Amino acid sequence: MKQAKSTTSRRSFLKVSALASGGIMLSFNFWAEAKPLPGKQLTDSKDWVELNGYIKITPDNVIKILNPNPEFGQNVMTTLPMIVAEELDADWQKVVVEMGPHDNVKLGPQFTGGSNSTRMYWKPLRDAGAAVRQMLMQAAAQTWSVPAEEVTTKAGMLYHEKSGKSGTYGDFASKASVIPVPKGVKLKDPKDFKIVRNSKKNVEGLKIVTGKPLFGLDYTQEGMLIAMIEHPPAFGMKLKSFDASETLKMPGIKDVFGQKLYEDGYEQAGFDTRTFNDLLVVVGKTTWEVMNARKKLKVTWEPISESKETIAGFRGKREVIVPAGLESTSTQLAKMVEYSKMPAEQLRKDGDPETAFKNAAQIIERTYTAPFLAHNCMEPMNFFAHVTDDSALLIGPHQAPGWIEPTLSKILNLPVDKIEIRMARMGGGFGLRAYGHYVTEAALISKKIKAPVKLVYSREDDMTYGIYRPMYTATYRAALDANKNLIAFHLKGGGIPEHAVHANRFPAGAIDNYLAEGWAIPSNITIGAFRAPGSNFNGATEQAFLDELAEAMGKDPIDFRLELLKRAKENPVGKNNEYDVDRYAGVLNLIKEKSGWNNPENKKYSRGVAAYFCHNSYAAHVIDMLKKDGKPYVERVFSTIDCGIVVNPDAATNMVQGAVVDGIGNALYGELTHKDGVPEQNNFNRYRMIRMREAPKSIEVHFVENNIDPTGLGEPPFPPVFAAVANALYKSMGKRFYSQPFSKEIGGA
Amino acid sequence: MAVFNLNINGTKQQVDVDPKTPVLWVLREHLNLTGTKYGCGVAACGACTIHLDGTAVRSCQLPVVAIGSKAVTTIEGLSENGDHRLQKAWLEHDVPQCGYCQGGQVMSAAALLKSKPSPTDEDIDAAMSGNICRCGTYVRIKAAIKTAAKL
Repeated sequence: MKQAKSTTSRRSFLKVSALASGGIMLSFNFWAEAKPLPGKQLTDSKDWVELNGYIKITPDNVIKILNPNPEFGQNVMTTLPMIVAEELDADWQKVVVEMGPHDNVKLGPQFTGGSNSTRMYWKPLRDAGAAVRQMLMQAAAQTWSVPAEEVTTKAGMLYHEKSGKSGTYGDFASKASVIPVPKGVKLKDPKDFKIVRNSKKNVEGLKIVTGKPLFGLDYTQEGMLIAMIEHPPAFGMKLKSFDASETLKMPGIKDVFGQKLYEDGYEQAGFDTRTFNDLLVVVGKTTWEVMNARKKLKVTWEPISESKETIAGFRGKREVIVPAGLESTSTQLAKMVEYSKMPAEQLRKDGDPETAFKNAAQIIERTYTAPFLAHNCMEPMNFFAHVTDDSALLIGPHQAPGWIEPTLSKILNLPVDKIEIRMARMGGGFGLRAYGHYVTEAALISKKIKAPVKLVYSREDDMTYGIYRPMYTATYRAALDANKNLIAFHLKGGGIPEHAVHANRFPAGAIDNYLAEGWAIPSNITIGAFRAPGSNFNGATEQAFLDELAEAMGKDPIDFRLELLKRAKENPVGKNNEYDVDRYAGVLNLIKEKSGWNNPENKKYSRGVAAYFCHNSYAAHVIDMLKKDGKPYVERVFSTIDCGIVVNPDAATNMVQGAVVDGIGNALYGELTHKDGVPEQNNFNRYRMIRMREAPKSIEVHFVENNIDPTGLGEPPFPPVFAAVANALYKSMGKRFYSQPFSKEIGGA
Repeated sequence: MAVFNLNINGTKQQVDVDPKTPVLWVLREHLNLTGTKYGCGVAACGACTIHLDGTAVRSCQLPVVAIGSKAVTTIEGLSENGDHRLQKAWLEHDVPQCGYCQGGQVMSAAALLKSKPSPTDEDIDAAMSGNICRCGTYVRIKAAIKTAAKL
């Protein structure tokens, strides 16, 4: 995170060019005079100078590539620079990777979310690498007085075969920097890829396993104070008054004060979360001292009254009702049952589902529920802020600093160019770190105390703050005719405070009569994006229902899905079907093959299959369960994914394996319940997380090979895991499971 | 407040803190050794795992006054150059995703290999189930431990 400054003088200069594709400004600045010290390793050094743009090259042919996007474990620090290096035709061994500065003008959107990192940077980064390569080739051609088209490159070297001349990229870096940036440079044919599609180790691996300070919570600087916020013990409560006299007597404590997050009437941007607006802030010298001193606070909380919030998000302005009251899980479940019987918003309708259900020979109806889930990033929320009258420096873990920057500008009354945000490696995100409350809180606290400060959430603060995955329910109905043909399908989904229905996803498009509806119950328990939002329930339930349907129809569950897909391909029903039939069928066919689905040897396993499409990619899993002491457990998993070109295969495999473990864990154990507004789980001794002993022995991942530009990866494999678990449990226990987390019904397996 | 003379990663360190201060925060905020992570504060996640005379302990629940003359090893002190066999195996298997829990995982695994040089799956499950990995890298952690056991 430290920005290296150079004492060497600048000889070359900056060029800026707008790329047609991603709207990204690309800057090149070749450093002709910054020489690495003799024998120096390829690590960060004072010889590097911080510049804008993606690529820097020294005369010694060391290439630095800046990763533009926030890193939260999806491995963009390695994967995105690989894309640049591929088109640059660099020697990966000579590439140094560094986290880029936060600058949405020069480095693009810089957000981690929606499984977009690789997808959105693929083309711009290829263009960036290819343009520099061409400039180097032109520089070499001019120097050698040969036609540019006769110059070739290989692993960071330039060659002219006829004359036998050669040189390094570094030799021509300075000269290349005065060549205008070419546009529309031809990109490599995927068959010529040398770096992309070849696994590269995590460039931060050594730092991670030796405990280097990479994370926001590790950040410190001279004079930095620690702040913590005491928030209400329950949703539906707010701060009334406090007595801090005892707290202020505690060692190390500097200040205790009340602070409003947003002023009255503030119009929230889409990611301006505020579970609690009246903050009670304790500031001290060290985290432990502040944690201790908080226990001495005497606070009076009071119930909130109903309010309306105006949120101006990506999809325009909307009003959100925040009801009063202290909610409990039991009453929420009862309320969901009540709402599920009432008319709902129609989201999609094909054919005449009402008549089809009336004429059905058999109707299968099943209702599913799932609880709120906490993200539980291993690194609790935190952010460093140093706000002065004319500038602000913010350092920490965030998935999309650019979404929070305008809010900071408004609240701190500072122009955006006076706000510097540095992106720390995140100890997980899972969607939670796309929200801005903790960043804004840190900035306001620093402004108030006029000092550099790190805001730290304790685990309890983090787990009980809200921004949870919503609580969901869905009722699925299927109509079969006398010949057991599927003639109608009805999905009615609801949630607190939003539903999970993706109306245009499979099996929409494959069934003549189709109806999807949704409803929602307002709540003062706040929610936010959680790995594959909506999909994580939609996929979990739809794929469990299809399994049951296949059984009722006497069909193999994979073949049944393939039949539906065939129908959607040959004679699609309705419009706006989101999925690509062939890619969907592709992962199913591959899982059938790779899992040995029809192999008699696998009969000893209780096997559950599920597939799903979301975030532009396709995933399927087969989960194999066995029993130990009479209780089922996941022995092994097969996964197939179509996410287009896989840039860094082993890292991609790791992420799919992680999604599988995450899915098994949340399906079996994940649950955040409430009693009178109070979260009943506030730490890992009460919130059950999947652990080593419950993880599968093996997770075999196979990617569909094609030349489609990369699509999503972090989220797509997650939703179908829940259903594969449910379907395998049925085979193991002879009983269907409809309510997550399943471990409750199994009996603590 | 009281002065404590500690043996951290083979070096004598002196701190002046409240005797009840957990070793986790002494390491992180008084000695600037931030490789030991705060994850839960209740010894339920393992991110703060260190060695006390070679035994894996959760430093978030260990008051500094309880250490006495015992030697503390943190992830920063596990090896000179990041070349402990577990660190090598971790890199070979490219274990980390976000990386936050991995220091604690490596420390728990190092203590395991000391007491059981050739651990079975069950040994690994027992020794490592106190360490949560939210990213779900368990399969790779297990593979890396097995690799390291052979190095």
